[in-house]
Amino acid sequence: MKLVVAHLYPDYLNIYADRGNIAVLERRTAWRGIDFDYRTIGLGDAVEPGEHDLYYVGGGQDREQALIAPDLAAKGEALREAVAAGAAFLAVCGGYQLLGRFYRDRSGAELPGIGLLPHHTIAGERRMIGDVLLECELDRGSPRPLAGFENHAGRTYLDEGAEPLGRVVSGFGNNGKDGLEGSRVDGAVGTYLHGPLLPRNPWLADWLISRALARRLGEPPELEALPDELESAAQEVSAERAYARGGRF
Amino acid sequence: MEVPSFEGREAARTLAGVRLRLEIGLARAAGRLSRLAGRGGGTTIPGKILAGVDPGAVGKLARRLPLGSALISATNGKTTTSAMVAEILGDRVGLAHNRAGANLVSGVASALLAADRADLGLFEVDEGAFPDVAARIRPQAVCLGNLFRDQLDRYGELEHIAERWRVAVADLDPAAWTVVNVDDPLLADIARGRTEALRFGIDDPSVARERLPHAADSKYCRTCGAPYDYAAAYVGHLGDYRCPRCHDARPTLDVAARSITLSGLESSSFDLVIPEGTRRVSLALPGLYNVYNALAAASLALVLGASLDEIEAGLGRFKAAFGRFERITAGDRTVLLLLVKNPAGANEVVRTLAHAGAPARILIALNDEIADGRDVSWIWDVDFEPLIGPLKELVAAGARSEELALRFKYGGLDPARITLARDLEGALTHGLEATPPGEELIVLPTYTAMLALRRIAAERGLVRPYWEEAVA
Repeated sequence: MKLVVAHLYPDYLNIYADRGNIAVLERRTAWRGIDFDYRTIGLGDAVEPGEHDLYYVGGGQDREQALIAPDLAAKGEALREAVAAGAAFLAVCGGYQLLGRFYRDRSGAELPGIGLLPHHTIAGERRMIGDVLLECELDRGSPRPLAGFENHAGRTYLDEGAEPLGRVVSGFGNNGKDGLEGSRVDGAVGTYLHGPLLPRNPWLADWLISRALARRLGEPPELEALPDELESAAQEVSAERAYARGGRF
Repeated sequence: MEVPSFEGREAARTLAGVRLRLEIGLARAAGRLSRLAGRGGGTTIPGKILAGVDPGAVGKLARRLPLGSALISATNGKTTTSAMVAEILGDRVGLAHNRAGANLVSGVASALLAADRADLGLFEVDEGAFPDVAARIRPQAVCLGNLFRDQLDRYGELEHIAERWRVAVADLDPAAWTVVNVDDPLLADIARGRTEALRFGIDDPSVARERLPHAADSKYCRTCGAPYDYAAAYVGHLGDYRCPRCHDARPTLDVAARSITLSGLESSSFDLVIPEGTRRVSLALPGLYNVYNALAAASLALVLGASLDEIEAGLGRFKAAFGRFERITAGDRTVLLLLVKNPAGANEVVRTLAHAGAPARILIALNDEIADGRDVSWIWDVDFEPLIGPLKELVAAGARSEELALRFKYGGLDPARITLARDLEGALTHGLEATPPGEELIVLPTYTAMLALRRIAAERGLVRPYWEEAVA
């Protein structure tokens, strides 16, 4: 069995240690005897729906995001099709914003997103920086904590009735007001949390791997449990930080 | 408009002088109190009080310096570079110098207070504070070393800092010197059009990296956005670059390092090339990043009037700034402290260690205080991998030791080789016990972990506290 992961614009969008997320996907796949097939998709490369099981896009500086935005827009339809056909997707920070419908900067100019997730973002004055703790319930009946770090000036607003990644326990979240963080449609998840996200929240890595493999297997497989004591301890420290100092200007 | 009489102006000046002297007295006393109370070096408290009492006082104090001031800013190497300049200038010039690394406005103010008979101000300045300090001090020279991603939670994006630097440089006095590392495309761009500019860089492809490191920052053309072609990449995105599309390229170097020799963990040497001649410079410091620091120091010293002889001798005498590369003797073992604080700096430390033969045991201490960066994600952008193969034991220490352990676990290190020790005291004891007699324990601390480890070493009688060293 294998997992094909496509990393979008790794040369441009890599500001918050995004390769840490990739390393976690790679090791946790390999430790279970599943082949990890890592590919990169850059400017001008075509996206063939059906070719990849899991997409990843990270965050960048404004300059880098503006450099790739038109190219991403051209890939929008193929990516939406891929997710509709069962591919998983993790988008962090700047990548999360670009997966929404648009991003409006301080001058009022709009950078179009690809509308894969039902939200839009408006640049705010003060950056929302700090440790965050969320409670997520991606599978009904099994709530899970998610701990990370956020650093964003954009305020993201979900469409009416859209599903967040989680509820903010401590921290700012999407916009510092509605208590929601991230966005989720099917196997696609967007979030402001970096840190990076997956090393200290391996359950989300496993959820994404499982959703991605479901595309090949028909339904999400039960993944073999791994020794995650270190990961749990790191999550606990991160959660403590969120309680002690998250969500304050 | 009424013109004040001569006497009136004189009286006003005297009053202002008295007020300033009073403020200075108050602020100095606070520094002594802080040291007596055992609350660190008291290196910023006098300045904080002064700045609080009179926000214009820093500029007034700086204007008393007969030779003016020079500012040094960079993400990496500020403390080392300014200490090198101080060594080069030697006893010839009385310096007001924030040598303990307190580099915000308050630290600069404290250094001005501590040296009231100085001739020249020599200040390292935090990247974020540089525009404000430059506006207050009105320096006669600035030295800009590099801009790397660093503590995004504190400084924000690189581009924002660069933009603020651009405005600050444009606002310098027209006669002020801009000494700039043009191997950094961002800085070359900032200095574009400055007439009084000295441009320095490395010119030795034999020490270049095979490729840009993962966390390279400013690698897209400042003019047109295309990825640069690098004839040589030296440290992070610093190198000899050219845009294949619009042909924007590294400017011609006024000061260059050529024929570089890197000798393991101990030393390095290079040819310092300036229009007036060439000198072989020997450094008791390892690594290409210290060649950059020496180049920056030599270039700034040149515009401050130092001779090639003084530069060669000063750099030759130079010993590392505290904690940057510091060897401490602990009985029949030694401890080597190498400060790490961001991906670019840590990558160079890793490269230098690997070049010298990667160690079997290493202690890394990761804290997440404000001075370290509360966001620890940067450790995932460090290329630690060259250390992992030969590593028999990682002592993962500090407030975020688990996060560090995860970085190595997912980098491929067997978790059985990781010892978790959040407490630095215990981590150091364990690390030393596990180090065979006669051998060296390599320690990579973040900033506050470095201060804490030095305090522990001082308590064990191994080093002097940094503020004593700073004023010695």
